[in-house]
Amino acid sequence: MKRKKIESFFFKSLMILATLMIAGSLVMILWTITAKGIRSLNWDMISKVPEGGFYIGKGGGLLNAIIGSLYITIGSTLLGLLISIPVVLYINIYARKDSSLATVTRFTFDVLFGIPSIVYGAFGFTIMVYFGLRASLLAGIITVTLVIIPILARAMDEVIRRTPEELSDATYSLGATRWETSKVFLRQSLPGIMTAVLLSSGRAIGDAASVLFTAGYTDSIPTSLSQPAATLPLAIFFQLSSPIQEVQNRAYAAALILTVIVLVISLGAKYFSKKLSKNKI
Amino acid sequence: MSPYRLIKDRISANLFLALCLLSILTVVLIGVGLYGKSIPILKQSSVFHLLFSSKWKPFKNQFGFLTYIVGSLVVTALAIVIALPLSLLTAIFISEYMPRRMKQVLIPFIDLLSGIPPVIYGVWGVLTIVPFIQDKLAPHFVEFSSGYSALAGGVVLSVMIFPLIISILLEVFNSIPQELRDASLSLGANQWETIRHVVLRKSVPGILAATVLAVSRALGETIAVLMVCGNQARIPHSLLDPVYPLPALIANNYGDMLSIPLYDSALMLAALILFVIIFLFNGLSRIILYRLERRSYL
Repeated sequence: MKRKKIESFFFKSLMILATLMIAGSLVMILWTITAKGIRSLNWDMISKVPEGGFYIGKGGGLLNAIIGSLYITIGSTLLGLLISIPVVLYINIYARKDSSLATVTRFTFDVLFGIPSIVYGAFGFTIMVYFGLRASLLAGIITVTLVIIPILARAMDEVIRRTPEELSDATYSLGATRWETSKVFLRQSLPGIMTAVLLSSGRAIGDAASVLFTAGYTDSIPTSLSQPAATLPLAIFFQLSSPIQEVQNRAYAAALILTVIVLVISLGAKYFSKKLSKNKI
Repeated sequence: MSPYRLIKDRISANLFLALCLLSILTVVLIGVGLYGKSIPILKQSSVFHLLFSSKWKPFKNQFGFLTYIVGSLVVTALAIVIALPLSLLTAIFISEYMPRRMKQVLIPFIDLLSGIPPVIYGVWGVLTIVPFIQDKLAPHFVEFSSGYSALAGGVVLSVMIFPLIISILLEVFNSIPQELRDASLSLGANQWETIRHVVLRKSVPGILAATVLAVSRALGETIAVLMVCGNQARIPHSLLDPVYPLPALIANNYGDMLSIPLYDSALMLAALILFVIIFLFNGLSRIILYRLERRSYL
């Protein structure tokens, strides 16, 4: 009887220890990034593009990377929605929810979701070479779109699939076509779509491996789709490997900027998913 | 009904179906595209030689992936060895012991962290883990280590995959009917015995699936590992030696890729290897998880 108690106590302590370690390491990451970044953060960082001698520690900021990241995130999210919304509607409304096409599509997105972005980057690169494109904003957007389509599709499918059957019964009995029913479903799941968009843009803005080959890097703000674009994750990555302290400090500041953007996006996603649960029929 | 509406319906149906098929086809396209680019190198050397030779001399047309494959395996194994027990204990604690209130704080926090980009984990690794290994840990074991090592890569990776493993495990534990726990408790087992003999036993496939997913995530992670693991192409003799994983190889050499013959082909082959392994792992674990989900509806 006593052994039983000791064993139970032992494992429970282990669990508490593990939980503390994990929560602790996650808190530590936020703390390290904030503490290091805040010292080098200033207004120039987010309002200026790199000036001459930026990479040996002279003036300028990271506006090029911030704008580049935003362009890529917005572009890929729009393109991703254009492809994933029809697919999700098809497998939930046009086809039966449990048809084999729907199952295969869901399985495909689940698997694509796990494919690392470096593989997408390499694939994007082969497409670029095939079409004779250079590293550019367009190539970056296309590659990142491939990365986020599974995220968008899975998140929206989750929402639309859970919408009660009665809603479609009601629209069909009023004589609506599947196209019109789709519009009703889309409106009903709008907060869910917002959550999906925010989730995917969090990934899009932070992903480095996919844009490494495809978007290139530049000190100016791109003015057309065929120009290369700088991105925040790559700005962090390149500047951190510099031997000059000033430049490294900028990498810390950039890391803080990126973290704040991503956290704001995640909190937004949480807000909309809460709203969704109120929107239930 | 006006014909307009019917035509709209028909057109949208065909268009949507086409997009749906296209997205299923993406998997095939990625595989074929990468394979197409790897054909030149596969013609030049045998698969066996490519996978099991450690001679990497692009200028002499020698491409042996062994050091890089070993690098990937070491870092991944280390990450799983650290992350799996900790995540398992944490997930059990959250699901079985933690009061509701605390759950509602901790789970969103973990979710939030899973959204942090890899490059941030890399920066954290460079700032804390690398100096710790260099100054505190390594001097006890070896004469010199820069801190950029397999160990640093493994630790950073393990922290990155905590949220992934925990969230899948929580779902798995959640799918186990409460009745089973109640039955065990009413027979006089205490809570730990119930967890060990009922919850964990029932979750074995789910834990397996979570592990396989975590392995494939760790294998493919690029930037965070690249920043802390040292990137020297040698077979490591200890965990304090630098390693050079496959994704880092691809990421670091894209610049030279087009100037040396067959180099791009070799790197695309590396991407293909990653793709195939991760595709299989992911497929397998998803099938297990699907089965589990269906069971819970019974």
